Amino acid sequence: VIARQRQAVMWLVGPALGALVLWGATGLPAFGAFHGAVGELLNGVAYGERHAPNVVAAIVFDYRGFDTLGEEFILFAAVAGVAMLLRAERDEEECPPQPDAIPGRMDVEPSAAVRVLSLGLVGAMLLIGLYVVAHGHLTPGGGFQGGVILASGWVLIYLADELKTFRRLTPEGVVEAAEALAAGAYVFVGAGGLLAGREFLANVLPFGQPGSLLSAGTILLLNLGVGVEVGAAFVLLSAEFLRQVLEMRERR
Amino acid sequence: VTTALQLLGLLLVAAGGWCVVRTRDPLNQALVTSVQGLLLGVLMILFQAPDVAFSAIVVGAVALPLMILLALAKVRGAQR
Repeated sequence: VIARQRQAVMWLVGPALGALVLWGATGLPAFGAFHGAVGELLNGVAYGERHAPNVVAAIVFDYRGFDTLGEEFILFAAVAGVAMLLRAERDEEECPPQPDAIPGRMDVEPSAAVRVLSLGLVGAMLLIGLYVVAHGHLTPGGGFQGGVILASGWVLIYLADELKTFRRLTPEGVVEAAEALAAGAYVFVGAGGLLAGREFLANVLPFGQPGSLLSAGTILLLNLGVGVEVGAAFVLLSAEFLRQVLEMRERR
Repeated sequence: VTTALQLLGLLLVAAGGWCVVRTRDPLNQALVTSVQGLLLGVLMILFQAPDVAFSAIVVGAVALPLMILLALAKVRGAQR
C-alpha cells in the first residue's frame, strides 16, 4: 500500500518537476556562451599581476582568497563534527581488532598482492600528493586535491599491514595538532597582509620568476597550508572510522 | 561548441548516474559511485577544467566511496 501511495505521489510530482526543469532550461544561455566579464578580465591580467600560470589558483588563493578561507573552515568544522560523533561512548569499550568476517565464516586475509601493491604505492602516492600541493600555482591541482592524495597514500599503510601499524604511525595528537595549526596558518598568512599595511590576505610576498616553484607569493604558502590541513583531516577521519569499525564494541 | 568527445562524456555521465541509482545494494553502490566520480572527472577534463576534474576525482572517486565503505562496515559491525 505504501509503495503504491509513493508511486501515486511520484506520478503527481515527477511530471511537474520535470516540466519546471525544462521550463527553466529554456531560459539558460546557449551552450558554451559565457558572459562573465570578470573571468575574461582575470584571464588576461592574473599571469602578469601574480606570476601564476594556473589562473584558477590565482583566483582561488588570491583574488578570492577569503572565500577559500571559509571553504577550508567548512571542512575543518565538518571533520571536527564527525570526530565528535565517532568518539568512544560510555557504553563502548576498546577490544583487540576483530576478524573482519561474520561469525561462522572464515576470516579472509588480504592477499599478498594487495599488501605488496599497497606498500609500493604508499611512497609514490605521497610523492604525487606533495607534487600536486606544491605546484598548485603552476599546474592544475593544489592544496585541496593534493591533500586528499596525501591522505589516501597514508591510508594505504593500513591495507599494506594491519591496523596496529597504521595507528602507531598515526599519533592522533600530532595529526590533530597539524590539522589545527595548518588551518590557522591560512589566517596567519592573511594577517601578513595587514602587517604589511595592506588588506587581509593581500599577496605581499615577492612574486618571483613566473613558472618556477618559488613564485606567485602567498599562493604557494596557502597551498602548502591547505594541503597539510586537508591531508591531516582525511587521515584523522579514516583513523577514527577504522577505530570505530574494528575496535569499538558495545559493552555487555 | 560541443565536440563528439564532450557529447560522449555527457552520455557516459548520464549512464553512470543511471547505474548508481539502479544499484540497490549499498556496498555495490559505493563502488559504482566511485566509477561515476571518475567519469565526472573525465567530463571536467573534456570541458577544459582540469582543476575541477582533479577535485571531482579525489572527492568523488576516492574520499566519498571510502567514507561510505567505512560507514557501512560500522553499521554491519553493530549488527553482529
